[in-house]
Amino acid sequence: MTTSMVMPTSGAHASDVQAEPRLVSSRLIYFSSVSGNTHRFVAKLGLDAERIPLHQHDQAIRATEPFVLIVPTYGGTGGAGSVPKQVIRFLNDPQNRSLIRGVIGAGNTNFGDNYCAAGDVIAVKCKVPHLYRFELMGTPDDVARVTEGLDAFWTRLSQNPQ
Amino acid sequence: MTPEKLKLLDHVQAINWNRIQDEKDVEVWNRLVNNFWLPEKVPLSNDVPSWATLTPQEQQLTMRVFTGLTLLDTIQGTVGAVSLIPDAITPHEEAVYTNIAFMESVHAKSYSSIFSTLCSTKEIDDAFRWSLENENLQRKAHIVMDYYRGDEPLKRKVASTLLESFLFYSGFYLPMYWSSRAKLTNTADLIRLIIRDEAVHGYYIGYKFQRGLERVSEEKRQEIKDYTFELLFELYENEVQYTHDLYDPVGLSEDVKKFLHYNANKALMNLGYEAMFPSSVTDVNPAILSALSPNADENHDFFSGSGSSYVIGKAVNTEDEDWDF
Repeated sequence: MTTSMVMPTSGAHASDVQAEPRLVSSRLIYFSSVSGNTHRFVAKLGLDAERIPLHQHDQAIRATEPFVLIVPTYGGTGGAGSVPKQVIRFLNDPQNRSLIRGVIGAGNTNFGDNYCAAGDVIAVKCKVPHLYRFELMGTPDDVARVTEGLDAFWTRLSQNPQ
Repeated sequence: MTPEKLKLLDHVQAINWNRIQDEKDVEVWNRLVNNFWLPEKVPLSNDVPSWATLTPQEQQLTMRVFTGLTLLDTIQGTVGAVSLIPDAITPHEEAVYTNIAFMESVHAKSYSSIFSTLCSTKEIDDAFRWSLENENLQRKAHIVMDYYRGDEPLKRKVASTLLESFLFYSGFYLPMYWSSRAKLTNTADLIRLIIRDEAVHGYYIGYKFQRGLERVSEEKRQEIKDYTFELLFELYENEVQYTHDLYDPVGLSEDVKKFLHYNANKALMNLGYEAMFPSSVTDVNPAILSALSPNADENHDFFSGSGSSYVIGKAVNTEDEDWDF
């Protein structure tokens, strides 16, 4: 356990003090609600991936390697409230924010302007590219494109270190 | 067939929203409440000049499409969503179905708002008569109604999800088509609100279906899966005929069918099954897709090639304690 790491401060309430986040080294981190669409998509990719905890009382996770985030958008009326609160909690950790390299959005085109809005919000906030969008649990084509796309993306990043 | 009495719950307890068994019930209830709308808030009368630019044939097509949609929304509001209530596992699920049922009635009524704004009484009556007489539209209604009357909760959810996520789309195509040509744009705005609602309904009922599947044997699961694909094929074949009835005169049938395939895949995914139609037949006209969602275009995606010149920015390590969204 790295003790030199700074804990994210989330206010001064003693009751908010939580266990040290669990360190994760996956290059793919994702959120999926209990309906599990995004979880199914990630399973189809067959890559090592870490799921952001669903509940406030679950131990938080902290990335130790650069990663791509997959985040779904569950409808909504645009803008505020598009990013799941669990993902906000995850990105409120400065270390997680410093290691994110790209975002992939999941959603449903039926939501119009709000299709994959969480991915857009995070891309702007973290200044990373919105790499890809897919619907629900993704089609076989989506799985192939993301598999190839991620591979090319990591290769390119390793060749052009910032 | 002798009319059967609608099954009601045998026992009801006071609903306690402070004791939640399934967080999805609260999440979807809140989503639906936040999405609530009424047709009166859409300035449909701004479409009157645009309506006048359509040929009589195009006007008739549009009215027929909307009476077909009215029928489906009426079924879903008065029978479909209500029939799911006795099968609910949690009291909050029952409450969500009442919300869905009411919104379906709002949808059904909103087509009448469109009609009264744009058409004469005689034209409206003619269109409703057509909806009674069109064989494929009536068959579609009968197929779904039969499953709602059946005594299999999981099959009812399948029928309901296919209605919400697949059967509407031969109709939804047309206002998206007009919108892509800058016609009837206020009507299209209203239809987009309906499309948004149907997505939440299909997602939720499909989710509850999947929870239900977890409670049955592997053998039963296989039976339900086979049944789902059989029903989808039956509805699909009918839907293709219905599409030809409506769209052959204007030459749009092939374009509409791609939209059907695309949405059939989404209906299956809502039920937790893999997409069935290959991408070679789901390549929806980009104009229709962007009328549906302005950022659905694949050019928005970094992986799809257009992002090659994108400078990959270094994530900025902000100092904010509370990183506000």
